[in-house]
Amino acid sequence: MAASVEFWQTQLNSMASRPLSPHLQVYKFTYAMATSIFNRLTGLALSAGLVLLVYWLLAVAGGARSFARAMTILSSPLCKVLYALLVIAFCYHLTAGIRHLVWDTGRGLERTQSRASARVVVVISIVLMLLVAYCFWIARARAT
Amino acid sequence: MLLDRPGARDMSLRTPLGQALGTGAARHGVHHWWVQRLTSVALVPLSIWFLVSLLTLSSFDHSTVIAWMAHGSTALLLILFVLVASRHSQLGVAVVVEDYVHGGLRTLTLVISTFAHVLLASAGVLAILRTALRGLT
Repeated sequence: MAASVEFWQTQLNSMASRPLSPHLQVYKFTYAMATSIFNRLTGLALSAGLVLLVYWLLAVAGGARSFARAMTILSSPLCKVLYALLVIAFCYHLTAGIRHLVWDTGRGLERTQSRASARVVVVISIVLMLLVAYCFWIARARAT
Repeated sequence: MLLDRPGARDMSLRTPLGQALGTGAARHGVHHWWVQRLTSVALVPLSIWFLVSLLTLSSFDHSTVIAWMAHGSTALLLILFVLVASRHSQLGVAVVVEDYVHGGLRTLTLVISTFAHVLLASAGVLAILRTALRGLT
């Protein structure tokens, strides 16, 4: 009797301190995992981009002087690197997000289908990134 | 002994409702999930519109940007974009925080993140309105 009480008490204790998901360190690295993690990372990056966007909007609203001050920061080399990273994040998050929406309709959830769509997402997002880079390059060439 | 066999915890005198109350999601989780999908669907056209607009803007001079924002449809779409993106971001960040931050720090992080997102959304909308309405006068 006493032994079984001890058993259930240890069970309850281990439930209280049980490992919480997602335990990244115990899983083998897979396609599904990589695409999911990258979707979250790019989402977080875009959240940071939102801060940058609102800063720019406030600067535009704040008048000529505040705009000029903000533009010295926003056109710095560091920020230009950030814009490039944000474009990469956006292209990936957009295509991966559409993949999630397709999953939500109950389609493409089989292992082979999901592996194939992971590749499609990577290819399409790279094509999108190149397209954005090309449009940017054209726009700059026209401006100068 | 109360705990000496499996299922012993079911013998509590608390009512089923009493046991269920305060233990978490009752439709709330579905609401979170649904709003996340709704905002992501809306963001597909809105974010593409925003990126294309930035790429086709002739320059990033103050006057050019103001003229662009003063355009009625631009201001409307920009407000929608900021609001929907903020909500989507808030829900996304909350999911990540719920997965990786534990204990009391989790609640604190969620509160700060929510406040920050509401602040971002309102500041963004205010800035767009100020710019767009100034263009009218």
